[in-house]
Amino acid sequence: MDIRAGLQSGDKRACARLISMVENEDEQAIGILKELYGLTGKARVIGITGPPGAGKSTVTDKLAKLLRQQGKKVGIVAVDPTSPFTGGAILGDRVRMTDLSTDPGVFIRSMGTRGALGGLSKAAHGAVKVLDIFGMDYIFIETVGVGQSEVDIVRLADTVIMVAVPGLGDDIQAIKAGIMEIGDVFAVNKSDRDGAERTATELEMMLDFNIRSQYRPPVINIIAKDNKDVDKLLEAVEKHYVYLVNSGELSQRKKNSIKNEIIDIFKYAMVKAIEEKSQSSSFIEQLISDTVDKRLDPYTAAAKLVEEFRSR
Amino acid sequence: MDRPIRVIVAKPGLDGHDRGAKVVARALRDAGMEVIYTGLRQTPEQIVETAIQEDADCVAMSILSGAHNHLFPKVVRLLKEKGADDILVVGGGVIPEDDIPGLIEAGIAAIFTPGTPTSVTIDFIKSNIKRS
Ligand SMILES: Nc1nc2c(ncn2[C@@H]2O[C@H](COP(=O)(O)OP(=O)(O)O)[C@@H](O)[C@H]2O)c(=O)[nH]1
Ligand SMILES: [Mg+2]
Repeated sequence: MDIRAGLQSGDKRACARLISMVENEDEQAIGILKELYGLTGKARVIGITGPPGAGKSTVTDKLAKLLRQQGKKVGIVAVDPTSPFTGGAILGDRVRMTDLSTDPGVFIRSMGTRGALGGLSKAAHGAVKVLDIFGMDYIFIETVGVGQSEVDIVRLADTVIMVAVPGLGDDIQAIKAGIMEIGDVFAVNKSDRDGAERTATELEMMLDFNIRSQYRPPVINIIAKDNKDVDKLLEAVEKHYVYLVNSGELSQRKKNSIKNEIIDIFKYAMVKAIEEKSQSSSFIEQLISDTVDKRLDPYTAAAKLVEEFRSR
Repeated sequence: MDRPIRVIVAKPGLDGHDRGAKVVARALRDAGMEVIYTGLRQTPEQIVETAIQEDADCVAMSILSGAHNHLFPKVVRLLKEKGADDILVVGGGVIPEDDIPGLIEAGIAAIFTPGTPTSVTIDFIKSNIKRS
């Protein structure tokens, strides 16, 4: 299969294969991305995050359908956690997106979080690039909003939608603790349930304490499963984008995202190099046993390791 | 790098529940595979598109409603049309013994009838997927 040609002629198999190769850190795939990097940066990237079961996949499905009505092509990267014990995962987001799967203008990819080491955000970055080159106008990244790696992923988005649901006070606490700051648009989904207005009010209140700029994230009540007010959500997303462009924040975000990506790749390479070294190197072995015997302390040992890496 | 095997677990046809498919999905996950779970009432077209976009190594389908003689071969045929017949196709569910040879003939690599230990399915997938 000629992946380069396939990618540019709209062959979904080529796109799918390249995403796998990127995910598996295939050198050839990195080569292709290097070569086609100039074609990236055209797609609008939208992160969707929030607690499990909040309706992120359902929201994504409905947003994608609205965009399809406007003739836009839509890529979706849906991330679910990998079991740290078996390395396996059940990736179930497509269940909510069944009728998108045969739409020629939609490409959906499920992704497990797999190993640690920031490998996920690297893979997600890679998948977004591939879909961008593949000609998608909008790319959604769905993640469960819990850990740092999820935060890293949504950082590569132009706009982040936080999906909350009524009645889960704890969710709001979690949102407050970690990721209130990264939401650009807040959706209170399942507004067919009691307490939706209250949740919206609570979110508004928290936003009062988190004003970052002249942009204030809107809070929108929706019922994704009935496709109610999802169009308002999309409007809010478009409005945020207009703000990003007019304020100059878009270029700042893109720059930050590129910075994060370079640092991620660098860190990943370093950690890998250290890990490889620590498996073979007597130098590290020595540091460890010296620390065990209290001839060294972990701080000094780590400093020596840094020195060792610097000197080469 | 070690990459997990990716399997689509799908339920074509009009079955009303997917308990069996979920058991298989969990077993495959516990065996270290990435299971893309698609839910109930998938058409063969949807299953094939999903398999392609997910770059799956295997499609595992289960049917209780009796439409296997039509739906299983159709998935194989569509995969072939799309040039994706390197994807392993296996089936399960309530399938009469007499139907099995025909299904194998049609390109379904294996049929696992109720009571087959999940370990058999897992081993079969592991040793028969075509990609390294
Ligand atoms: N009552 C209600 N349920 C919804 C709504 N939107 C989604 N759901 C249901 O919530 C469950 C989880 O949805 P899903 O999109 O998979 O959530 P995710 O885990 O955040 O991706 C599913 O059973 C949906 O049908 C809604 O607006 N109202
Ligand atoms: Mg989901």
